[in-house]
Amino acid sequence: MTATTQAAAAAGAAPAARPTLARTFWAMMAREVRVLRKSAISSFARVIVQPVLFVFVFAYVLPKVGSAGAMFGGGGGRGPSFSTILVPGLVGSSIVTQGIMAVIFPLVMELTWQRSITDRALAPLPVPLLGVQKIVAAALQAFLAGLLVFPAVLFIHASGQGPSIHIHNWPLLVLVMVVGSLLSAAGGLLLGTVMNPQKMQMLFALILLPMSMLGCVYYPWAAMDHVRWLQIVTLLNPMVYVNEGLRAALTPQIEHMPFWAYGSVLVLGTAALAWAGTRTFTKRVLT
Amino acid sequence: MSDASPQASPDTAVRTTGLHKTYPGPNGGVKAVQGIDLEVAAGEFFGLLGPNGAGKSTTIGMLTTLVVPTGGRASVVGFDVVKDPVQVKRRIGMVSQNNTLDNDLNAFENLEFRGRYFGLSARDARRRAEELLEAFGLAERRTGTPFEMSGGQAKRLMICRALVHRPEVLFLDEPTAGLDPQTRVNLWEVLRGLQADGQTIVLTTHYMEEAEALCDRVAVVDHGRVLASGTVPELKGSAGADTVITVTYDEDVPDGVAKLREREDIGRVEVSGRQVRVFTRTPDGVLGELVAAGAAAGVGVSDAAQLRPSLETVFLTLTGRDYRE
Repeated sequence: MTATTQAAAAAGAAPAARPTLARTFWAMMAREVRVLRKSAISSFARVIVQPVLFVFVFAYVLPKVGSAGAMFGGGGGRGPSFSTILVPGLVGSSIVTQGIMAVIFPLVMELTWQRSITDRALAPLPVPLLGVQKIVAAALQAFLAGLLVFPAVLFIHASGQGPSIHIHNWPLLVLVMVVGSLLSAAGGLLLGTVMNPQKMQMLFALILLPMSMLGCVYYPWAAMDHVRWLQIVTLLNPMVYVNEGLRAALTPQIEHMPFWAYGSVLVLGTAALAWAGTRTFTKRVLT
Repeated sequence: MSDASPQASPDTAVRTTGLHKTYPGPNGGVKAVQGIDLEVAAGEFFGLLGPNGAGKSTTIGMLTTLVVPTGGRASVVGFDVVKDPVQVKRRIGMVSQNNTLDNDLNAFENLEFRGRYFGLSARDARRRAEELLEAFGLAERRTGTPFEMSGGQAKRLMICRALVHRPEVLFLDEPTAGLDPQTRVNLWEVLRGLQADGQTIVLTTHYMEEAEALCDRVAVVDHGRVLASGTVPELKGSAGADTVITVTYDEDVPDGVAKLREREDIGRVEVSGRQVRVFTRTPDGVLGELVAAGAAAGVGVSDAAQLRPSLETVFLTLTGRDYRE
């Protein structure tokens, strides 16, 4: 290695760079895909273990041991099987939790230790657009997480306990999954930029756990008619709208929110969270 | 996206006018930079020299668009850092003080994706990455992650990364901080090679010898202000031309020292408690006179030092305090 060869390499033979916003954005997406591919096994395990265990216990073990929990709405074959209820719920909860975590965990590292966010903040892209890129990348992971959960919730069940899925409206399913992924990723960006990194463990206890338990994963929103106050309180939970949208697309025979209700919250909520998240992200990146 | 027209002479790589940065905080915040004016010519190796906390990194942060100025203006290759940050980022390379390599990617991928961020095709980016790893002696580390690299290797990789897209201005923020002396000297060779090829380089450092060894021109910075700027010989020939003799007595400085003030060959005599500091261009015999003045008054000498003209004496002359205080 000599200074001359370094100088020649530094300046002489390099091909001309032609950066555009689109090229830079997609190069960053390609980087995300490369990182995702490298961590495919751990990502797959993180996404799939919880829903698999859940359907295994509630759609296979409990019916086998004779628990009444196998049927929703009273058992005895009168209501939909619990596995049917779980399909949209577990797909939706996977999308939301993965969307949030896919932004927060890397972001905490990037914004604190060594501030490695500098690497991408110096790329020729406006910083708010870098925030949007983070949302899109995390939404991609959330979407894939939703897809990964499908086989588990569709095929793991005891005999006679299979879910009853009727997809008449594929565009609606895709729309809810895509917008739900973006909503959760935008929420993750906002949380990741406003929460104290040293208290990030509180994310599970105070946000993800209540969001999942009260996110209409295990029952439809309409079933809470008898607990009206809780039904109203859960309207603050974005996961409810993802799950109700998926319920409308996957199990339309089960009572669900109307499209105008979940659709408007998903779209407007995504826009609002993305706006707020990119603002707080920009404030954290630029000092 | 079309390029905006540069607003400055093509010979000017960096220009700042009254640049300010105040970080929010109690009592009016922290005034990190208080009106810095700089001009760096294309092809120049320019150094910002100052102790820790002088405002060097904040200045570099503003020039690289990562820190938002609270006053004044700054442009890089004619583009305003606030109005055209993307245009500025397209034309600069930056080596931070910290290791900001992408830890999820290996050495090769760090360069490959940096090239792609800057508009190279995937094939060109990979070719460019191979070329730089080879030239900087990192080819054997191509699949290593940043965690697996030594400080010197990581720093060289960061320089490679900053050069992938052939930046017009290369910013280096304390590039040798924390490196062992041998690695530091090796890195100097790398930087000299780049300079020889015409690369404009702006470097911050708190190592006097680094600024002296590398830079065409130096701005001495302290408390967010430029105290003096020029070539190293110019600085030594003006503010730092004096040899500085410092004597610390066992007791208060004896009165006999005062007569040194009357001599024409003595520039300045500063007395502070038990310490006297004499600035002179004819240092021969002065130290002996100071010791003799103490002996005549029955006061012993506990410490004595004589600093030849250097950037350190420039700093002492300009600020009246030791560089590493």
